[in-house]
Amino acid sequence: MLPTFSQFVATLGAFAPMLLHGVWITLQLALLSLLLGLVLGLLGAGAKLSGVRTWRLCAQLYTTLIRGVPDLLLMLLIFYGLQTGLSRLTAWLGWAYIDIDPFSAGVLTLGFIYGAYFTETFRGALLAVPRGQFQAAKALGLTFRQSFVHVIFPQMMRFALPGLGNNWMVLLKATALVSIIGLADLVKVAQVAGKSSQQLLAFLLLAALVYLLLSSASNLILGWLERRYAGGVQEPSR
Amino acid sequence: MKKILLLLITTFLFNTSLLAKDYEVIRFAADPNYAPFAYKDNTGTLTGFEIDIGHAICAQLNVRCQWVESDFDAMIPSLNAGKIDAILASMTITAARQKVIDFSSEVFSSPTAMVFRAGTELSTGTAVGYLQGSTQEVYALKVLAGQGIKVVAYADQEQVYADLQTGRLQASLQDAQQAQSGFLRSPQGAGFVLGPIIESELMPSRSGIGIAKGNHELKALLDKALAALHADGTYARLQEQYFPGVNMFSGQ
Amino acid sequence: MMELIQEYWRPLIYSDGYQITGLAMTLWLTSASLGLGLLLALPLSIARTSAHRWLRWPVQGYTYLFRGTPLYIQLLIFYTGIYSLAAVREQPLLDAFFREALNCTLLAFALNTAAYTTEILAGAIRAMPRGEIEAARSLGFDGWKLYVHLIMPSALRRSLPYYSNEVIFMLHSTTLAFTATVPDILKVARDANAATFLTFQSFGLAAVLYLSITFALVGLFRLAERRWLGFLEAGR
Repeated sequence: MLPTFSQFVATLGAFAPMLLHGVWITLQLALLSLLLGLVLGLLGAGAKLSGVRTWRLCAQLYTTLIRGVPDLLLMLLIFYGLQTGLSRLTAWLGWAYIDIDPFSAGVLTLGFIYGAYFTETFRGALLAVPRGQFQAAKALGLTFRQSFVHVIFPQMMRFALPGLGNNWMVLLKATALVSIIGLADLVKVAQVAGKSSQQLLAFLLLAALVYLLLSSASNLILGWLERRYAGGVQEPSR
Repeated sequence: MKKILLLLITTFLFNTSLLAKDYEVIRFAADPNYAPFAYKDNTGTLTGFEIDIGHAICAQLNVRCQWVESDFDAMIPSLNAGKIDAILASMTITAARQKVIDFSSEVFSSPTAMVFRAGTELSTGTAVGYLQGSTQEVYALKVLAGQGIKVVAYADQEQVYADLQTGRLQASLQDAQQAQSGFLRSPQGAGFVLGPIIESELMPSRSGIGIAKGNHELKALLDKALAALHADGTYARLQEQYFPGVNMFSGQ
Repeated sequence: MMELIQEYWRPLIYSDGYQITGLAMTLWLTSASLGLGLLLALPLSIARTSAHRWLRWPVQGYTYLFRGTPLYIQLLIFYTGIYSLAAVREQPLLDAFFREALNCTLLAFALNTAAYTTEILAGAIRAMPRGEIEAARSLGFDGWKLYVHLIMPSALRRSLPYYSNEVIFMLHSTTLAFTATVPDILKVARDANAATFLTFQSFGLAAVLYLSITFALVGLFRLAERRWLGFLEAGR
C-alpha cells in the first residue's frame, strides 16, 4: 500500500533520531575515509615516483590489487584479515587485545581502498607540475618541506582536483556498502525503519534523496575549490 | 618517529591484563533480524529473548555486556578472528560447527518448521527461502533442492519474510519459535500458517552460545551463569515474557 | 584449501546443479547490464546534447538521479521497494517481471550504467571537432544520417578510455547481486566461507577470479584503443 504523505511524515517523526544518527555516521565515515585515503594517496604517489625500486613495486602492487578487486570483496577481506592480523600481533607482543569496531573497520577499509585511487591521481598531478618549479625552489634554498607546502602543493592541487573530486563522489556512494558488513549507517537504518513500518519504498527513496543532496553539495564545494586553485591560470583555448 | 613512539608507549600503559584473561567485558555477537530472539525496537535499541538472557548472564558474572551486530554467516569467522568473545544468536549445536568452535550448555531448544500461506502445496517449482549460513540451508540444499524445489538463500531473515509476503517465495524454512513469535503473531503474518515440525538430523534443535575453540574458561563461566539463571527463576520469567506458555528448554 | 577448491569449483565457475552461479552468472550480469545500458545510452546521449530543452532536461534529470545515488540503494529500491507496492503485484505483467530477482537486478544495473554511459557519450559528442561536422554538412549529411555515419562512431571511439573504466566498475558492482539473492561469485564465496570457515581462502579465491577478469578486460580495451583510436596517438 502506498502510504499517504501524512502517514509517512508521522512514521518519519518516530524514526527521526535513528535516521539522523544514520546520516551522521555516513558523513563521518565518508570524511574520515577521505582523510585517510588522501594521506595514503600522497604517500603512494611519493613511493611510485621515488628512486627506490622496492617502494615503486610495493606501490604498484597496492594500486593494481585494489583496483582489480571489487570494493565489497576487499571490505570483507580487510574486515576479517585486519582484525586477525592485529590479534596475532598483540598476542605475540603480549599486549591487551585491541578491538576494531565496525566503524573503524569501515574507515580503514574505505581509506585503504581509495588511497589506491588517490595514489594514481596524485601521481598524475605531481607529474604535471613543471620540473622547473622543483628546481627553482631548490635553487632559492627552500627546504623540502617549504618547497612542498608553498610551491608544489598548490600547483599540484589544480591538476589533482578533478580526479580527487571524481574519486570523492565514488567514495561517498561506496559508504552505502558498509551497511552490508553491519554498520548502522543511513542505508541500514532506512531499511530497518522501512521494514518495521511497512513503508520500505518511502524510506529507501528518502535515503536516496539524502545521498543526492550530499552529492550536490559536494559538487558545489568541488566547483568552488577548483575555481580557487585555478586562480590566475588561463585554460588553453580548445 | 616521535609520534609513533608516543603511540606505542600509551598503548602499552593502557594495557592492563598482560597475563591473566580476566573477563571484564564479554563481546556477544547478535543478529538483530531475528525477532523475538534479537531485534531492534523503534528507538533502535537491541532487545529480545536472547539479548535479555545475555544481559542476565553478564549480571550474574558481574561483567559488562558489549553487543556486536553481525550477519549470521559472518559470526563464526568473527569469533575465530577474535573480534567477539561469544555468539548469542540462536546458533544450533551441529557437528560441523563443533569442529570449528565450542559451545556452552544449552540456551534453548527449538525445532524447524516451514511457514506458508494456508493451503499452499509444496511441489516442483515452489520457491522456498532461508537464511544463508543456517542449518536450514544445509537441509534445503540436501533435501528440498533434490525434490525439485527452488531454494533461495537470503542474507537476513527479515528479507525472507518480506519476500514471503510479496509472493516471491511460497514458503520459508526457519526456526519454528522464531517464525511464531517474530512473524506469525505480527500483523504481517496474517494468512500464514506454520507447517509441521521437520525432524532431521541435518537440523538439530538445541542452541548454545558459541565460543572460540579451547576457551574452557569462558565456557565454564557461561555454563555457571546459565545454570544460575535456571536456579533463580530468571530463565522461566524471560521464557514466559517472550513465549507465553511454551517450554523452550529441553534440558538435554 | 584443496578440499575447498574440490568442493566449490563447480558452483564458483558455472553451476550448483540447479541454476547458473558464480563466474558464469557474474559474466552474464556484467555483459547483459552493459549491453542494455549501452543500447539505452545511444539515443539518450543524443537527447542529452540536443538543442531542445524538452529533450535535454529529462535526460539530465535521469542521469543526475542515477549518478548521484549509490547503486546499492537503487538495487534495494528495484528489488525490495517496488515489489512491496500492491499496485505492482496486482498488475500481471509487472508482477511477472519484478517477481524474478534476476530481472530486478539487471534492471537496476542497466539503468545505472546507462546513466554513466550517457554522460560519457554526451561528453564525447560535445568534443566533436566542429570542422568535421561542417564538412559533413557541406557534403550533404544531415539529420540522423549525420549522427549514424559521423557523430556516433566518432563519439564511441573517443569514449573508449572512459568506457573501459565504466566496464570495470560494472564488473565490480555485480558483487552486490547476492543481496538480491542472485548467486554470483561472491555469494558462492560466502557459501564456502559459511561451510568451511576458511575465510581468507574462500574470499581469496573470489578475489583471484575478479583480478583475472579485470586484467583480461583491461588487455582487451588496450587492443581496442590501439585499433580504433590509433589515429589519435599519431604525433605523441
